[in-house]
Amino acid sequence: MSVSYENSKIVFQGIKDAGITSLSALPETWLGLLLQQAEKDPAVRLIQVAKEEEAIGIAAGAYFAGERHVLLMQNHGFLAAMNGIVSLAMLYGIPLCMLIALRGHWGEPYPWHTRGGIVTEGVLRALNIPFEYARAPKEVGRQIREAYTFSQSSLAPVALLLTRDLMEEAL
Amino acid sequence: MKRSECIAMLHPELEDKVVVTIMGACAQELYDLGHRENFFYLQHAMGLASSIGLGLALHLPRERVVVLDGDGSVLMNLGTLATLARYRPANLVHIIFDNGSLLSTGGFDSHTTSGITDLAAIARGAGIGHVAAVDTVIGFGEAVIEAFARDDLSVIVAKVAAIGPNHYGMDLQLPENAFRFKRWIATRKSAAAPAALTTREPR
Repeated sequence: MSVSYENSKIVFQGIKDAGITSLSALPETWLGLLLQQAEKDPAVRLIQVAKEEEAIGIAAGAYFAGERHVLLMQNHGFLAAMNGIVSLAMLYGIPLCMLIALRGHWGEPYPWHTRGGIVTEGVLRALNIPFEYARAPKEVGRQIREAYTFSQSSLAPVALLLTRDLMEEAL
Repeated sequence: MKRSECIAMLHPELEDKVVVTIMGACAQELYDLGHRENFFYLQHAMGLASSIGLGLALHLPRERVVVLDGDGSVLMNLGTLATLARYRPANLVHIIFDNGSLLSTGGFDSHTTSGITDLAAIARGAGIGHVAAVDTVIGFGEAVIEAFARDDLSVIVAKVAAIGPNHYGMDLQLPENAFRFKRWIATRKSAAAPAALTTREPR
């Protein structure tokens, strides 16, 4: 399997079509092709972080500044960002639109991803973070737009889980 | 020197800046000098004040952003110094009050106590060009004046005594602080917009 170039393009276009002008990210394999496009696109500002919790602060700063921002991270990065999500975003009513690569789930061949993959949905439910799975390239643009809208109206974190069906393709 | 002396010196300069402060003593001392709508108090999520400052500074290039940070908070998010260095917002002044102590949680020594860990050296090593290390009120004042005059990212590490206020509390709910802070920025942006149009170079 390899990362789908076509679907990476579709996800990036979905981000742009949602009017997003600012992205924070920690690069990971499934997000790599998407982030390469973001790097080349002058209409979008990409901020790479050293650890995902930083991105929660950056997203809060972007929100205060009135900028349309989304966060891109792996689910293990979501787990690493937990206190920022709870004690900054939730505590102060700051929206977060998180696009999360769901590694370690159905079809996962790599053992090191599996624990994080198994607990991701349970952690999202425990935190009452609304989430949807993005599986189909035809749907993902609408899902990104709706996730962003909902994060802004609820003033809370929202997650769209980017699945293997969407992000990988057979070689 | 005391952090409260530094903040008292800084307070009049913060009227037109976008200010983010960490929790505990630092937030309280700033608040007690007089709250302003352009102050955001991060009362938890230790380590993220500088990340909020980076998000603000990159997206508000016309504003000057000031972060009031502490050694305990910076030690929780050392990666932030590298991220700041990489994106190098010219309009961000990052002030780290280093009291060598986790003062608000019982005064345990932090890793910077007795000079074990040097935060200014870490900031320089992370790639930040303008780092000042000060331990007098006059030195702090000079470093702040230089940082505000400079059109580049500046970090000031100020060695202060491990003492704080004798009371805690604000007449400000946390989401209320966030809403009003955002509104202050939005109002400034809309006030600045027509001026920006008139000052644009003719084509």
